[in-house]
Amino acid sequence: MPKIEIDGVFHDVDGGQNVLQACLTTGLDLPYFCWHPALGSVGACRQCVVTQYAGPHDEKGRLVVGCMTPVSEGLRISLQNNAAKELRADVIELLMTNHPHDCPVCEEGGHCHLQDMTVMTGHTVRKYRGRKRTHHNQYLGPFINHEMNRCIACYRCVRYYQDYAGGHDLGVFGMHHHVYFGRSEDGVLENEFSGNLVEVCPTGVFTDKPYGKNYSRKWDLQTAPSICVHCSLGCNTTPGERYGEICNIVNRYHGEINRYFLCDRGRFGYGFVNSERRIRHPELRGGQQIGADAALARLKTFVEPPGKAIGIGSPRASLEANFALRELVGAERFYSGWAQAGNELMQTALSVLRRTDALNPTLTQIEQADAILILGEDLSNCAPRLALSVRQAVRNAGFKIAAQVGIPAWQDAAVREIAQDLRSPLFIASYASTRLDDVAAEMFRGTPEDIARLGFAIAWNLNPAAPAVPEAPTSLGDQARGIADVLRNAERPLVISGTGCLSTAVIESAANVAKALHSTDKALSLVVPDCNSIGQALMTGRSLEEAERALESGAAETVIILENDLYRYAGKGLVDRLLEKAAHVVLIDHSRYTVADKADLVLPAASFAETEGTYINNEGRAQRFFSVMLPSAEMRESWQWLRDAGAGTWEHTDRITAACAAGIPVLSGIESAAPGAGFRIAGMKIPRQSPRYSGRTAMHANIAVAESKQSEDPDSALSFSMEGAAVRLPPSLMSSTWAPAWNSNQAIIKFQDEAGGPLRGGDPGVRLLESTGTPDWFSGIPQSRDAIAGTWLVVPQYYIFGSEPLSSGSPAVAERVCGFSVLLTPHDLAELQAKSGDTLELRFDGRSTTAEARSDDGVPAGVAAVAFGGPGSEEVEWLTRISILKRAIEV
Amino acid sequence: MISDNRQKDAMKMPLTKNIKPGREYATLENYRETGGYEGLRKAIASMDSMQVLQVVKDSELRGRGGAGFPTGMKWGFVPMGENAPAAKYFVVNADEMEPGTFKDRVLMEKDPHQLVEGIIIGSYAIRATAAYIFLRGEYHLSARRLAAAIAEAYDEGYLGGNILDSDYSLDLYLHTSAGRYICGEETALLNSLEGKRATPRAKPPFPQISGLWGKPTIVNNVETVCNLPHILHYGVHWYLTLGLGRDKGTKLFGASGRVKTPGIWELPMGTPIREILEVHAGGMQDGYRLKGFLPGGASTDFMLPEHLDVPMEFESIEKHGSRMGTGTMIILDDKTCPVEFVLNLERFFSRESCGWCTPCRDGLPWVVTILEDLIRGKGRPGDLDLLRHQTRVMGPGNTFCALAPGAMEPLQSALKYFRDDFEKYLQRPAIAEAG
Repeated sequence: MPKIEIDGVFHDVDGGQNVLQACLTTGLDLPYFCWHPALGSVGACRQCVVTQYAGPHDEKGRLVVGCMTPVSEGLRISLQNNAAKELRADVIELLMTNHPHDCPVCEEGGHCHLQDMTVMTGHTVRKYRGRKRTHHNQYLGPFINHEMNRCIACYRCVRYYQDYAGGHDLGVFGMHHHVYFGRSEDGVLENEFSGNLVEVCPTGVFTDKPYGKNYSRKWDLQTAPSICVHCSLGCNTTPGERYGEICNIVNRYHGEINRYFLCDRGRFGYGFVNSERRIRHPELRGGQQIGADAALARLKTFVEPPGKAIGIGSPRASLEANFALRELVGAERFYSGWAQAGNELMQTALSVLRRTDALNPTLTQIEQADAILILGEDLSNCAPRLALSVRQAVRNAGFKIAAQVGIPAWQDAAVREIAQDLRSPLFIASYASTRLDDVAAEMFRGTPEDIARLGFAIAWNLNPAAPAVPEAPTSLGDQARGIADVLRNAERPLVISGTGCLSTAVIESAANVAKALHSTDKALSLVVPDCNSIGQALMTGRSLEEAERALESGAAETVIILENDLYRYAGKGLVDRLLEKAAHVVLIDHSRYTVADKADLVLPAASFAETEGTYINNEGRAQRFFSVMLPSAEMRESWQWLRDAGAGTWEHTDRITAACAAGIPVLSGIESAAPGAGFRIAGMKIPRQSPRYSGRTAMHANIAVAESKQSEDPDSALSFSMEGAAVRLPPSLMSSTWAPAWNSNQAIIKFQDEAGGPLRGGDPGVRLLESTGTPDWFSGIPQSRDAIAGTWLVVPQYYIFGSEPLSSGSPAVAERVCGFSVLLTPHDLAELQAKSGDTLELRFDGRSTTAEARSDDGVPAGVAAVAFGGPGSEEVEWLTRISILKRAIEV
Repeated sequence: MISDNRQKDAMKMPLTKNIKPGREYATLENYRETGGYEGLRKAIASMDSMQVLQVVKDSELRGRGGAGFPTGMKWGFVPMGENAPAAKYFVVNADEMEPGTFKDRVLMEKDPHQLVEGIIIGSYAIRATAAYIFLRGEYHLSARRLAAAIAEAYDEGYLGGNILDSDYSLDLYLHTSAGRYICGEETALLNSLEGKRATPRAKPPFPQISGLWGKPTIVNNVETVCNLPHILHYGVHWYLTLGLGRDKGTKLFGASGRVKTPGIWELPMGTPIREILEVHAGGMQDGYRLKGFLPGGASTDFMLPEHLDVPMEFESIEKHGSRMGTGTMIILDDKTCPVEFVLNLERFFSRESCGWCTPCRDGLPWVVTILEDLIRGKGRPGDLDLLRHQTRVMGPGNTFCALAPGAMEPLQSALKYFRDDFEKYLQRPAIAEAG
């Protein structure tokens, strides 16, 4: 560790850093714009100038740009000498020559990095008296608002969008002080990570459009640490509330998961919380509202005596809610929402993760991989943030050759220049094109069976002890051998698979590849469908068919469905039969889906934003999320309904978390996911509101002038208040990212061990699935499917916007959802005499539905990739054969 | 053009010896008549790359694009040998856009084979796998003549596979620029050649390590490269005798402005400015007096009549507060307002800023605004200090590349030498708002 001297004080710093990073890591304030911890240095804005001295006796020194200067032993610099301070003020003054004085009406105001840096630098009086250049603003779609006049041309947006996220439709145009950052023409930003522009942009050029429609200043938002509910990765988020509605979600840094970035589904998917689809009152069948007490009384009659009810849990409900239901009905009467096949899929994934000898990697670890094999998982649509990490991992080969000629990893443009198209190998096996194909070394297209056979063949090539694939054609063998050779030579090979193909064989083949690899740093990552799929699967392995039998046998007559739209993962026939066989159907949920219409009693539940609990993400990490606001009058947290119906006597969340940990051995660690409700800092709770929170006594004055008492929060160490301790927070309890003089989300730098590194105090969560034991070889190698003329195999095609039901309830996301569609290879489309946009009739066994045709040359012949989730897909029986007809044109 | 009726001594004017009155340009035949391609033949037949490099180092040739960096030293940073990257590039910077500079154009239009031969020699010295000429887009005639010369060179076996039956092969491509001043900055040029925005790159890494498409690359100016055939053909000892002072060889010097015979002339390095101005340019036009001059293009500091006896060589000019730059002088006469003169230059630089770094992108337009205000009589007390301050903000090291510091050179020196002319505007009552 080099020792460097900053303004006379010696610091030990990380040798791989640049001066800016080192200064920020030591806690000093040094303003910057173009640098970003995840994007590295390019030296464009010239804001982080410091004075560097040639040695201990150099009095004058010279000005250097901090972000472009590597630290080295004995480096002596000054942030505070006049030359450096003056130039930093000059640079800000130049940046501000064209910046409008519109902070009062700018949505960035109050969490604006440019404001922070300007104040930090001390530029207060404008000497420039010329005209300001003005720009045209663009329509960029439902997520992002564009206000180019505010641009200070730091180039972060294009560096993020193109270089980091792989987008193509945002660029920089023009030159000199007319440089323009936008699209070539108005239109929706295509990249699924576009929302990060609002945080990457240091000022108000790119702002959050839905937030703008429901706007409050950052300091007026009530916030709490939360976990994204829209896929299985468990990205950390900070939702903000005002007047009982969620106004926005911003990234909450987690050093091992999302770090600085969220996907657009995670950032903009919260709209369902405020939606008309919310269930706000207890209801009887037909929609008749009843009071909470009456509802509870009725629930009790449905569940008593013990044994009368069965429960169906949910992969999107918390561990606590699932546990409460399990306690109410009894563990042996608690079922997953999956049908038999899906259930096997989840249990296979779980058992692979619990027995593998490979690392189950975090996203940050995934970014270290130097060869990646993806078996059957469409990451960009199913686990988008993971796709973004894979996109970074393929850069490792480039970092390596850059290092060989002495280019540090943070020197972004230089690394990209010398790397050119050199990438660490990425192999993708899929049944349709994916949005990672552009950085893949090789693609393999086939049915789920073919994908599994490829995986098994790779495993056998790596280690002949693995079962061989019978009747493998030469082409499969050659491709498998080629991939195996690359994986074998990698230091940190990574296999990614998951439940997306709905095929246990695919997961098993991935497990075989992982077992066959010799590297001690090998990794296996499995993607599962929902935010708590792993948690739910740890609680029950019982399928819906078993639930149906329990009802059929008369052993039970009530079914209680917890936060689950059963039609999503089980066939329509099975769910309909199950519901018909139950004498009483009870639904506890926050949003209205199909099941709600078939329930005898509907109980309004709190959403993630109104309750505390624990989710387990795909790496087996238990993470706590906290209510941002209280549920409205008649809503209750799911576990509270169940408790009051007799499941237990837990007074608050900690009690049920503890009971869950005690009752289910594998979950025994979950209590340490975050400090409990009794946690205090200097005797104080942690406020959800900023010290500047305004209007507390006035904001509801239109309803009642009496000042209401601050709500209590017995469930957590957070308070619904401005008062309390806001320093030295444990990372899992950071209700907002803010530090003195750092109002934007970039304040996170004050809470990291080093700039861009882990959070001080440890990244939140506790990993539960550390593998034990030795994996066995899987040998269930599927046969390749023979093509049958005139029929297609139906496989699920996932869409980031549309396949996940909660986010689809968000108005902004809904604008991005395309209709029900089917992807076919151009050849098959031609056979049907159809083209993209035509309506096709999909004929299942005895039923039919229509879908819009789309062409995709990644789809194998004889495969129909049908949109998963959303209207239309409930009719689909996945992995069956269908016939397809072109709809006659209606005259 | 070469307004030169001097008797040519080929050995004293190697670069322009083939440029003759009445001759449109030197054909391949003309070129070979005076020893053309003999330097290449000698290098390829009897020398290895390291020997060629040593010759160029020994010749003390310095870059003619403006900075005067020793050419041999520049080449010496290119990785050689078995472990060197397989692809390496030799790039000629022919994006001559410095205001007042037109020397490379003459060399390319009048004697295109000289450049082609120089490129092949330079490429051989670093074992480049391909070479590029990055040509200013507006140089249509140069483009036509170079394209023809390149085709001829292929036909004659000077380019392509196994050059002159050796084991060395080279392809040479002519790329015409889409046109930006910043493309003359060597790393911006490389980005532009790659099809990216013409934004400079940070150094290190230098192009010799990571240049075009991330591969080791040399970028040399046209005139620099044109020296190579002669150094190889006639040898280092001959070359070292050509300069009058410290710097070796000859240089194309030029003058524009209100002189009697503007033009360019090949003269020994170290020729006194007075000789260039009074003998070759014929002195000032009648009725005009010399007020000052920019010695090497628009991005150099003004010098004064008192500096006329300074020799045109890199260090001598630097000692007098300016740079030799491209060696093509722009003359300021006593009837031209230096403030308007500088404003004209700053408008150019401001427009040509690539927009990458803050001081250049936002500082130059501000300077233009202040100068415009001054000239319109809307200047305010303190404006001159503000201008002076901006020249420091945009000084060397504070910006990403040399464009803004270069742009500040005529301004800072004008403020120093012609302060009265600036202050006059502050004293003048505001001109009608019409402006």
